[in-house]
Amino acid sequence: MSVGPAVEARDLRVTRGGHEVLHGIDFAVPGGEVTGLLGPSGCGKTTLMRVLVGVQAHVEGTVTVLGQPAGSRGLRSRIGYVTQAASVYDDLSIVENLAFFARVLGVGRDEIHRCIEAVDLAGHGDQVVRNLSGGQRSRVNLAVALLGEPDLLVLDEPTVGLDPVLRESLWATFHRLADDGAAVLVSSHVMDEAERCDRLLLMRDGAFLAEGAPAEIKQKAGVDDVEQAFLAIVRGAG
Amino acid sequence: MSPRRTLAVAVRVLAQVRRDPRTLALLVLVPCLLMTLLWWMFKDEPGFNLFDQIAPALLAIFPFIVMFLVTSVTTLRERSGGTLERLLAMPLAKLDLLLGYALAFGLLAAIQAAAAVGVSVGLLGLDIEGSVWLLAVVGIADAVLGTALGLFVSAFARTEFQAVQFMPALVVPQILLCGLLVPRDAMPEVLHRISDVLPLSYAVDAMNDLAGSAATADVWRNLAVIAGFAVAFLALGAATLKRRTA
Repeated sequence: MSVGPAVEARDLRVTRGGHEVLHGIDFAVPGGEVTGLLGPSGCGKTTLMRVLVGVQAHVEGTVTVLGQPAGSRGLRSRIGYVTQAASVYDDLSIVENLAFFARVLGVGRDEIHRCIEAVDLAGHGDQVVRNLSGGQRSRVNLAVALLGEPDLLVLDEPTVGLDPVLRESLWATFHRLADDGAAVLVSSHVMDEAERCDRLLLMRDGAFLAEGAPAEIKQKAGVDDVEQAFLAIVRGAG
Repeated sequence: MSPRRTLAVAVRVLAQVRRDPRTLALLVLVPCLLMTLLWWMFKDEPGFNLFDQIAPALLAIFPFIVMFLVTSVTTLRERSGGTLERLLAMPLAKLDLLLGYALAFGLLAAIQAAAAVGVSVGLLGLDIEGSVWLLAVVGIADAVLGTALGLFVSAFARTEFQAVQFMPALVVPQILLCGLLVPRDAMPEVLHRISDVLPLSYAVDAMNDLAGSAATADVWRNLAVIAGFAVAFLALGAATLKRRTA
């Protein structure tokens, strides 16, 4: 285990199309925990995640990931990334998709079946992704991110539109990965997912409203759910 | 760059094409049918055989156009589907991706060229003085050239509409100036000069050389120019493909 947080950002600013969308934010994502990045859509969650995986342009400030500057070549095999779009090939089967990404990452074939099982798709491996439901497709997307047991998982709204039973089991998977030492950063615009996280980063308009354990945030705001806390903080600031 | 990753990309692209038998059939059959149409058009023309005049140039042009279009669409799909972003976040060199595509489409082009040349020479009686094998090799080189150009320009296309518009913008002028309609040395000086820097001109020259003579020195020289253009387009493609985007 490395010492210090898996991700540490200082004064992170990002401009897109001439507008600043992240306004000099500081944050950390510790290893061994599930950190939730919560906020309404359009608040900058995806941009922040793209900074961590090194595909965002026009980044200012210091962002250290697993001890190296974000976007370093050496990090590319150590980060699992789930984009909002199911970034898999529709015309390939589940196994073919995973086999391709496994070859790119240079991990063994046994990883393919481990990851398919981790997202509860065992027995569906030969199905072509095009014929899967939306929920199954996003699980294939997640399975690709699990290849090679990455030290940092960056998951952009991985549970959107999934059925509650499956969401429950995916959150259990996230916690299992965190228990094994990985840093897990999960974004969501659904506030009721907050309770499932060890830590929260509440975001609005490219800045953080609050951060800490869900209980801590609720206590500070003097309310008993995270959505109410979010509203209370926005009103308090306004 | 790594051969393992380049090969992984090529195998994956071919697996996708295999799932799409209709595209595969179109890729192989359409050039054959067009050559047959051409032969039929000129069948009753008296005097010298226009089919023999035009067919070699078309054998150079078809693979170039088809692979340009196929590549532009495929890479755009990769971009809009999010898989490109995922790949660029992974330890994949940009050239691995581009060469993987070139390899896969080069292989498809070999099948396409074999079919088109086979039908033209075997069934339609196209007269070729030079080597039929070399004719197929030039066809494959043209296809790889089309792929390389498609990969390069797809960096500038944000939508399918833009990608498709690159075809009349970048491919049609090359067809007009390649010597198919007017011999290149009979064109106005300026156009002749321009045609000298367009890659398709060399492809058509190579095909015409093969049709007209058994000498191969000029063919190899033209092939080298085509390969040079393909390598340059791939390098430009790698340079314009950005890992970090807005």
